[in-house]
Amino acid sequence: MGEQWSRRRGLDGFDWCFCGIILVLSSMGVLTIYSVTAEGSGTQFPLYVKQAIWIGVGTLAFLVVSGIDYHKLARWSYLLYGFALLLLVVVFFSGKSSRGAQRWIALGPMAFQPSEFVKIPMLLVLAVYYSTQTRRGWWYRVIVPALITLPGFFLILKQPDLGSSLSFLSIYVTLLFAVGIKSKTLGVVLLSALMLFPFAWSELWGSLHDYQKERILSFVDPEYDQAGKGYQGLQSRIAVGSGELIGKGFHSGTQTRFKFLPEGHTDFIFAVLAEEWGFLGGLLCISLFLALLLLGLEIAAKAKDTLGALLAIGLVGMLTFNMVVNVGMTIGLAPIVGIPLPLLSYGGSVTIVTMAALGLLFSVKKERLTLLA
Amino acid sequence: MTDPGFQSTGLADIQGRLLFIKIVVLIIVGLLVVRLWQLQVRDGTYYRSLSHDNRTRSVLLHPVRGFIYDRNGIVLANSVPSFSLYVQLSDVPAREALIGKLVKLLSLDKRKLNKKIQAHGERTPIRLKKGVSLKEAALVESHRLDLPGVVIRPEFQRNNPQGAYAAHVLGYVGSASEEQLAREEFQGLSLGSVIGQYGVEQIYEKALRGRAGRKLIEVNALGHEKRMISADKPKVGNDVHLTIDFRLQKLAEDLLGEEAGAIVALDPRTGEVLALASRPSFDPNALSRGLRSDEWNDILQDTSHPLTNRAIQGQYPPGSTFKIIMATAGLETNAIGLTDTLHCGGRFRLGNRTFRDWKKYGHGAVDLHKAITDSCDVYFYRLGHRMGVETIATYAKQFGLGARTGIDLPAEGTGLIPSTEWKRQALGEPWYPGETISVAIGQGYVTVTPLQMAKVIATIGNNGISAQPHVVRGVRERGGEWIEKWNPTQAPSLALQPHQLEAIQAALAAVVTEGTARRARSSMVKIAGKTGTAQVVSLRQKSEEDVPKQFRDHAWFVAYAPFENPGIAVAVLLEHMGHGGSAAAPLAKELIEAYFSYGVDEKEEPQASLAVPSHKMMKKRTRLYG
Repeated sequence: MGEQWSRRRGLDGFDWCFCGIILVLSSMGVLTIYSVTAEGSGTQFPLYVKQAIWIGVGTLAFLVVSGIDYHKLARWSYLLYGFALLLLVVVFFSGKSSRGAQRWIALGPMAFQPSEFVKIPMLLVLAVYYSTQTRRGWWYRVIVPALITLPGFFLILKQPDLGSSLSFLSIYVTLLFAVGIKSKTLGVVLLSALMLFPFAWSELWGSLHDYQKERILSFVDPEYDQAGKGYQGLQSRIAVGSGELIGKGFHSGTQTRFKFLPEGHTDFIFAVLAEEWGFLGGLLCISLFLALLLLGLEIAAKAKDTLGALLAIGLVGMLTFNMVVNVGMTIGLAPIVGIPLPLLSYGGSVTIVTMAALGLLFSVKKERLTLLA
Repeated sequence: MTDPGFQSTGLADIQGRLLFIKIVVLIIVGLLVVRLWQLQVRDGTYYRSLSHDNRTRSVLLHPVRGFIYDRNGIVLANSVPSFSLYVQLSDVPAREALIGKLVKLLSLDKRKLNKKIQAHGERTPIRLKKGVSLKEAALVESHRLDLPGVVIRPEFQRNNPQGAYAAHVLGYVGSASEEQLAREEFQGLSLGSVIGQYGVEQIYEKALRGRAGRKLIEVNALGHEKRMISADKPKVGNDVHLTIDFRLQKLAEDLLGEEAGAIVALDPRTGEVLALASRPSFDPNALSRGLRSDEWNDILQDTSHPLTNRAIQGQYPPGSTFKIIMATAGLETNAIGLTDTLHCGGRFRLGNRTFRDWKKYGHGAVDLHKAITDSCDVYFYRLGHRMGVETIATYAKQFGLGARTGIDLPAEGTGLIPSTEWKRQALGEPWYPGETISVAIGQGYVTVTPLQMAKVIATIGNNGISAQPHVVRGVRERGGEWIEKWNPTQAPSLALQPHQLEAIQAALAAVVTEGTARRARSSMVKIAGKTGTAQVVSLRQKSEEDVPKQFRDHAWFVAYAPFENPGIAVAVLLEHMGHGGSAAAPLAKELIEAYFSYGVDEKEEPQASLAVPSHKMMKKRTRLYG
């Protein structure tokens, strides 16, 4: 063990890059949260301070997870997933509700969202499943993992938290593509999905809450009722667009400060960033994310075993999905489903889980270093 | 380190697919960047303007309407602050919910609210309620977070402190209709602007209105003001000073009481209208506040026509007051001499028609003086017959009859002076000589307005020089200089020789002292006048009581005083009240006596001392006269 510690001390350029990007992105988040909430929040702990604390806790999680051999984690994966599902069930029956959705478990003065925490155990389970032996045939490749995913998916969807459930699902889909799916199998899956769609649709659509339906509808035709359901999307696009090339300047975004755009510090933080820092700021943010994702794929490419590669790909997939859907919904490319922007949006659970996920990614990379050394 | 429990089969496969995954990620992120470029760079200017519109709003600031004063500085119309409830729909995310809240909070009519909201666009503020009480305003303010888009704005409400008095002169105000806004004179006004709809308010709209201002404010998403960016302050309207003496106005209206009729009092020298009363009347405060449609219908369908200003719009046969015109015409055309006498046997025959005198057995030998004093009909039948309708019409028109006097009030009537030409054109019939006989005593087709008759008697009193009647002395900046001042326009309208005019004046004086208007005789001042009894239907029945009221005669009395150098001329008309001498003359006398006891004429320039009529001065005045 001592050997390992000494090796870890030496960070190479890759590590600096990886950690630097995380630091810059989370600082951008804190700054933007400050810009949005600085005035009028008379509480003892302003949100931007809280977010800085979450990032601190997240860094700790990063260090801890990156220090653990992911194979050890994998051994506990089914147990962890089971425990996470249990938490979801607890939330389902007795969770703390906020804005019509039960998503939280109270933990003393804090509250955390199991729907965020469940993602990593689920990823571990799937990665373990695919890596223990070569799964052949569409039953073992597609259906069994789907059955593993579905309980968590439905429990989150029923909270209701459409965004998180889709984000959850994205991990499964990413892994499916990563292990490879025969074009014939893909065809069968798509065909049966298409055939089942009318039945599944009524079931799925019926299980959505009104506001979820409205959000999806307003995505289809955002201009149809400016003051009504499409309002958020339109105001978000106005915020982004009005930033123009160089932005309105720090703390000068009018869309959020005058409350035309709600949730400027959480789901719509990218709109605020783009409004205040313009196209250049938005481009910088997206570029940093892209770099982070590519570094993640680099880790996957050089992972020493299937488990590591699948974990890395799954984590990149999850991050990509969250980032793309979040940015997409603020600029009118995706429906407004309520997914936070990783590392930037305000939120304890999501920040800590994201940092832990990045720690897992780092651990995959480190394992490879250990081997080489 | 490797755990033997995990096989690493397929690693190469998986890593081989990474290129594909990398490309997918690059394409998706590339799409995000392209979209971001579209929004921020390509369409950035458009979205910048949208965000600007979002938070800045231009608010119209209505000017305070100028006040209206009487000739002594008594306030007849002012503007009092009041609150109005506005909503801007573009700030309202949930319309139904908001309406529900407002209905509950202010107990408004939901259907009407919906109607108002539907009639307007998203970006214009809609006035949902006028005259919101202080309590209601406070209630709305305390719920402002629940009421996005709802704003309480202070505004000014027109107020007539004297109530219904002088209603027809002052008029009322109301929201400009779309049809009015289309007119050139109202260019630049927005829907909801309040403009004068009647009376002085309408005619002097431009002076009273002032200039609207605008302020640019920054608002939040609830539409509530955060900060004022700039303001162009509204300019208060100018004050209008009337020639009306409110004390006389009030008295005149009280004298009319419940009866339908009109009283006009003029200064014969200047044409200044001292009082212009019309009954029945209306409450301008109620109209300015805005009536419900059923209240409007009640007024419009009221058969007594309270909105009609009978003093200038009412057109009545002048009856015997027309004999003043006849006498003048006869003397000017030499159709009759001052001392010439005509025989009155109580009847005048023309062809197969017989025209009766009001006195059954006649007045005997009658000269002009006696004809006027006793209001002998036969004398004027003969005179009219001699002159013919054309001559009568010419002289009547010289007095200004048959045409608007040009008073500064809306919808003045012309009255009618018939001629052969008129009848041919209007009715397509020739003129019958018998009709001239009716015209000679102010019956038949002849109609006049009370104001026209006041002008006629004023002209006689003012030695043949007529002055244009007007109700406004001038327009004055609040606390400043006169902007417009009325200069009396006089024109000689009679070519009588002085001794002829004096004879007519003397006869008119005798009407009061010994003739038909003895009830107008005053111990205070020498009054000259002429009574008239205008037939509504040409039935002659024995007793007044037998006739239903709407067929009874109109009572006229026109007069001026003092005889030597008149300062006031009065025309009184009472609908369906019978004889002028008994019904109308006493009212004129009371008004004239009041004129002298009030000393209306004492000061040459009553307002010279008052730069701005302050409350203190107003109080003093009310103490003195009230």
